[in-house]
Amino acid sequence: MSALLEVEELTAAYGQVQALFGVSLKLEEGEALALMGRNGMGKTTTIACITRMLGARSGRIAFAGHDLGRLPSHKAARLGLGLVPEGRRAFRGLTVRENLMAAARKGEWTFDKVAELFPRLAERADQKAETLSGGEQQMLVIGRALMTNPRLLILDEATEGLAPVVRQEIWAAIRALKARGQSILIVDKSLKELATVADRCTVLERGRDVWHGTPAKLTPDLAHRFLGV
Amino acid sequence: MSPVEQIPAAGSEPMAAAPARPSRATLVNAALGLGLLAFGLGAWAMGEVFMVTLATKVAILAIAGAGLNLVLGYGGLVSFGHAAYFGLGGYTAGILAHHALNYTPLFEWPFLFEGTTSMPVIWLTAMVIGALAAAAIGALSLRTTGVYFIMITLAFGQMIFYFAISWPAYGGEDGLPIYVRNGFPGLDTLDPLHFFGLVWAVLMAVLGGIAMLARSRFGLALQAARQNRQRLMAVGIRPGGVLLTAFVISGAITALAGALYADLNRFVSPSMLSWHLSGELLVFLILGGTGRLFAPLAGAGLYIALEHLLGGVSDHWQFFFGLLLLAVVLFARGGVIGFLAGGKRHG
Repeated sequence: MSALLEVEELTAAYGQVQALFGVSLKLEEGEALALMGRNGMGKTTTIACITRMLGARSGRIAFAGHDLGRLPSHKAARLGLGLVPEGRRAFRGLTVRENLMAAARKGEWTFDKVAELFPRLAERADQKAETLSGGEQQMLVIGRALMTNPRLLILDEATEGLAPVVRQEIWAAIRALKARGQSILIVDKSLKELATVADRCTVLERGRDVWHGTPAKLTPDLAHRFLGV
Repeated sequence: MSPVEQIPAAGSEPMAAAPARPSRATLVNAALGLGLLAFGLGAWAMGEVFMVTLATKVAILAIAGAGLNLVLGYGGLVSFGHAAYFGLGGYTAGILAHHALNYTPLFEWPFLFEGTTSMPVIWLTAMVIGALAAAAIGALSLRTTGVYFIMITLAFGQMIFYFAISWPAYGGEDGLPIYVRNGFPGLDTLDPLHFFGLVWAVLMAVLGGIAMLARSRFGLALQAARQNRQRLMAVGIRPGGVLLTAFVISGAITALAGALYADLNRFVSPSMLSWHLSGELLVFLILGGTGRLFAPLAGAGLYIALEHLLGGVSDHWQFFFGLLLLAVVLFARGGVIGFLAGGKRHG
């Protein structure tokens, strides 16, 4: 059986500046893969290539049996890539409900289900996104990605810059999603929390994948070497 | 508070958005819509026929502005060429009536068509032509953004303007008269009150349609496209498709207004296609509050009222109007409706 997501020898550049020098990774259906590495090592760039926000220079990205090749990003999204981008990227002028309904696609995720996962969103259903706290906005963006009923949920720094309490709430939701079999590609700084979700890790260094393994095998020694922690 | 009495009326308005209690915006909208109706009826009762015509003009310009509001207010596209659709709608009415009244066929193949003086047919034709023009212009213009989009829509508008001026068959620069106002089943359209009532009903229908559209998934995607196109792509929606669809609907609505305007004046001229008119439509929305459902009505009403009142005082009324516009832009960014109804509209 082929993997849900398969990236081979991906290279990419921002103009003249090359950012990826050959990234390969694999993610099976139902699996959670943590993409790790220090700042500027190419995590977000890799995600931008997978979601087709950034054109790859070379390499291959296959998702659910489709070659993402030169697909425009909205078509990649329709194949089942649900992105929660870095930073809080809600549609600020729309209400919580409108944000979610704008993204809705047929499937098991509905407004009520998202509201169940994040009860705070239900309370604020008719509030404009811009009036929400940072954590609530992040929940909204996760909910919006879920409303597209993605086969793969991509979380890029979903808990960055949030208060510890809110962070816990979001991690609990991510664990719940994992438990119900949602495939997840996740980037985050918290190794401790990642270890509770991720089945496997891929570490990037200077635009290359340099280590693959389970969180248990990522010893403090290795973590210090690759991640500086 | 007096607005309380209007709550039942507000419920029957198309903008009855809030499920529980009508919001202040709903009340302001109801006051505007019913206010225009009351003004028209009141003027008629007092024998001020000219005022009825003025109210009709406000309603028609508000329809045109509503078309622009769909792309500008909801979609964030600054079209500086909406006079093109207004004028095309006007010429559609003029040309169809011209052939019908002169008994000269408009075309003989594939079937004989001698034009028509039936408003429903004219409206439909005008909307189709407006939609087609908007589809062609939009498909090309939407490849650009920002100031380039403004300029390219203006350029298309000017192209059509100069075409109309240099085409002698339908009057060229002199325009084209419609000798008898086109008809609507069951109404005497030459009666100013009948025509006013008809136009008011069309305005309410258009605003109701836009309110429904804005709350649909399409409308939400359109507003999301205004805020961030890339985020919209991330949820699997192509912003270009959403914006072009809105542009086409917008063109059709503005063309409908143009057809009504031609019948109001019983005359079509290239001035309906001029960039001044495109600018006026933009001014209506800025005055009323871009993206507010009833902004075009508030803006057009204020504009026509000031033109009438200040125009009587000074030939240079636009100087004072300019001061007002400046004040709105500087101190009341939400326009008249934002000022009255409160609440932030733009994120």
